[in-house]
Amino acid sequence: MEYEAVIGLEVHVQIKAESKIWTRCRAGFGYEPNTLVDPVIMGLPGSLPVMNKRALDGIIKAGLALNCTIPDQCKWDRKNYFYPDSPNNYQITQYDQPICEGGEVEIELDGETRAVMGQHKKIKLTRIHLENDVGKLNHFAEDSLVDYNRAGTSLMEIVSEPDMHSGEDAFAFLTAIRQTMIYCGVSDCDMEKGQMRADANISVRPVGQQELGTKIELKNLNSITGVKNGINYEIKRQINELRRGNSITQATWRWDADAGRTEHMRDKEDAHDYRYFPDPDLMPVKIDDEWRNRIRSEIPELPFDKQRRFMEDYELPYTITSVLVPDRNLSDYFESAAKQNPKQAQAIGNYVVNDLQRELYESNESLEDCKMSPDLLLTIVNAVDKGVITKQIAKDVFIEMYKSGETADQVIERKGLKPDFDEDQVIAWCKEAIEENPKPVEDFKSGNEKAINALKGQVMKKSRGKANPQAVDGLLRKLLS
Amino acid sequence: MTQEIYYKSASELSSSLSRGELSSVELTKVIIERTEAVDDRVGAFNSFSAEDALAQADASDQRRSAGQALGPLDGIPIGIKDVLAVEGQPLTCSSKILENFISPYDATCIQKLKKRGAVLWGRLNMDEFAMGSSTENSARGATSNPWNLDCVPGGSSGGSAAAVAAGEAALALGSDTGGSIRQPASHCGIVGLKPTYGRVSRFGLAAFASSLDQVGPMGRSVEDVALLLQAISGHDEKDSTSYQEDCPDYSLAMEGLKNRKWKLGLPKEYFANIADATALEPVEKAIEFYRSLGCEIKEVSLPHTEYAVATYYIVATAEASSNLARYDGIRYTHRAEKFDDKDSVDIYCQSRAEGFGEEVKRRVILGTYVLSSGYYDAYYLKAQKTRTLIRQDFVNAYNEVDALLTPTSPSPAFKKGSKSEDPLSMYLSDIYTISANLAGIPGISLPCGYSDGLPIGLQILGQPFKEEELLAIAREFEDAHDYKNQHPNL
Repeated sequence: MEYEAVIGLEVHVQIKAESKIWTRCRAGFGYEPNTLVDPVIMGLPGSLPVMNKRALDGIIKAGLALNCTIPDQCKWDRKNYFYPDSPNNYQITQYDQPICEGGEVEIELDGETRAVMGQHKKIKLTRIHLENDVGKLNHFAEDSLVDYNRAGTSLMEIVSEPDMHSGEDAFAFLTAIRQTMIYCGVSDCDMEKGQMRADANISVRPVGQQELGTKIELKNLNSITGVKNGINYEIKRQINELRRGNSITQATWRWDADAGRTEHMRDKEDAHDYRYFPDPDLMPVKIDDEWRNRIRSEIPELPFDKQRRFMEDYELPYTITSVLVPDRNLSDYFESAAKQNPKQAQAIGNYVVNDLQRELYESNESLEDCKMSPDLLLTIVNAVDKGVITKQIAKDVFIEMYKSGETADQVIERKGLKPDFDEDQVIAWCKEAIEENPKPVEDFKSGNEKAINALKGQVMKKSRGKANPQAVDGLLRKLLS
Repeated sequence: MTQEIYYKSASELSSSLSRGELSSVELTKVIIERTEAVDDRVGAFNSFSAEDALAQADASDQRRSAGQALGPLDGIPIGIKDVLAVEGQPLTCSSKILENFISPYDATCIQKLKKRGAVLWGRLNMDEFAMGSSTENSARGATSNPWNLDCVPGGSSGGSAAAVAAGEAALALGSDTGGSIRQPASHCGIVGLKPTYGRVSRFGLAAFASSLDQVGPMGRSVEDVALLLQAISGHDEKDSTSYQEDCPDYSLAMEGLKNRKWKLGLPKEYFANIADATALEPVEKAIEFYRSLGCEIKEVSLPHTEYAVATYYIVATAEASSNLARYDGIRYTHRAEKFDDKDSVDIYCQSRAEGFGEEVKRRVILGTYVLSSGYYDAYYLKAQKTRTLIRQDFVNAYNEVDALLTPTSPSPAFKKGSKSEDPLSMYLSDIYTISANLAGIPGISLPCGYSDGLPIGLQILGQPFKEEELLAIAREFEDAHDYKNQHPNL
């Protein structure tokens, strides 16, 4: 029998904000344990939560970017459970009136090769709600210690419909969420810093069956690749169980990335009764059109829309857009140059994706800090376009410009890279090359097209790389005809 | 009639301080001596530091001599119920589970008192986590009623009421979740006011039931209570349920409302089936007094009164079960010495079993139950709906009258131990006070007579954010009687 998997994801994303969600206490990562705390974070007697409006702005932005509906009112509920990482032993979350309802995420699956755009589809969302993050437990041989620095960080939970069917779908879903959040400035979604975490609900069923199979909740998916591998492993495991005639029992499993397998954590019977009830310390939040519109106006063009536009307006190949678009700053950089010289958009794209990226990587500089501004980049594109220098020389000129911040012309001038000879001199070099290399000449004449390259190389060498290769090609052909 | 300094009203003491007849250090010494003389019998205090109080008093005197006095409360010793956070002081809520906790921060109302120069005086006993009506549910031990040491002072703010009644503090802060200011005030013959929900910030008040809790003033006169209310009221951005509007100048507003012919309602449900007729008599006389002033007295109905106690014990315990979850043996609370560290929940079980008293456990269990999956709709949700009906009862009543007159408590202070084994009869002693918390409206209790030598309180319930009306109505009665000058013999 053929089986298919049905997958829903619960994605936790930390909202980027100076302070925590229920208090002005600073939020951050990498600080000394228990230094980002105050009476509210520590759950001291008498402390009260006060909502951070920045966190609400963040989640509304995320929701609008993911096509959710933002209802007129949302409210806060307490989720009660005892665990040392939760100072109040309840989490403030949204049970039945979340801030974002519905929504969908456009995803792109892998193409046949890296150069080919993959299939696009839309994954439906159930809701997105806001809650506080909890602290972190560190286990040692003798005891366990808690760090409450993370506790109280604004956290949104994006819940998808059971609308995915493979680890690859989930991978693409998380990638799309991550890019959208980064574009909107809502979160950096760094999984290593715990800024994005995902749990998956996975079930399998015979192809054609409408009813969903029994689901397993899979936890500890600590990277986007982990999500893909964990889900694919779990799907295979469940199908194998069913093929062997076993049934699936609803439970929570965890992915062990090192061992490359999933393992049982706890059965459904052990599940908590969270005793949700409305938090009496917080008032419901009313959201009006003015608020929604203000946030909507702050949402930038989203990655897939930008990619489609770059391919259409600038006729960029998919391979360039697939490097440019995931990085909002890089694509903005490209566009501010390309707008000024749209005919050279491809050349600009190539410089950005290849030369600029390489120099940034090697110098470990950020785009904002580097000296190579879009205007500066245009000077080298123009120099090549006008034939002042060859593409080959331009490579070195680019490196010089990147280091010094000079224009292309300044580098060409300083390094003496401008051709210091006229066409007669080039013709003389061509004649010399023909005289000195009878073999390629003979080959070319007997129909070997490629043989001309050997002659061309000689001429370029004589010109110390400064001659225009196209011009040399033309001259050689003329002389040999 | 000369009066002991410790029985003078805060407003008199304030005048003496500003006229230079008395220094805050002198006054504070008198209060300390009085406390040392009587508190072994009354047991109002969980702890106090004479040294700390004298240092505050000295600072007050220095401000005053530099011409920088901070207003009428500067230099006045005010007792603090042990449920409010004061930086650097213990905050025990009369519970073993907080036996070693020192608060690192101030409650908003405490900060406001500090800004006004008050001398924060000691930590006053209470029922553990404000759960009770007798101040017997305390890890520190019971407080006695200064009028009869065999009787309870009421609760949960029994320490606050007893301290004020016994002259161990000029004023005190209490908290009221179901009558915890008004009922002990009534039992101890003093004035206590529960403000409208949202009038006083709850920030720094250890929560019992968040949607019902309010901090409020207790004193020996209506004017004193108005002074203290003025100091602690107002919007606080640290409390999301705090009321946005400014509060009026209560003394001024009270003057302006003098001699008004009020329309006063008698909720008929509150006067039916009163078992203790002697306790009702002073209340009836008070009603006649208002009639004699030309006020219109009218019977009104609060038809959902019979559901108030049940509703209250569902809402309050549900919230408490969640609010008290933080006392877990992990961070700052009592941790059991022995627990099974292989079992991840045993540290909670053992620490909470040792740290909480019987009544707190009873309420946490009840609250956990009513929120449980499968029971939520039948209990918690239904109680919320009933609460809305109770609130509506008051809205309807206030369409007809300005305020309501009722007994504060169905009986005078009862004997210690007499209700400890019968939680339900203890719960019923709050029957006249809890509706005000469910509806969020303000209420005041003031002494209106005695039954068997024990004080009886008159409760006046008012409209939301109209505390000044309650104070004005109460003051008419107080001015025409001598109760504020009557004190227990200790």
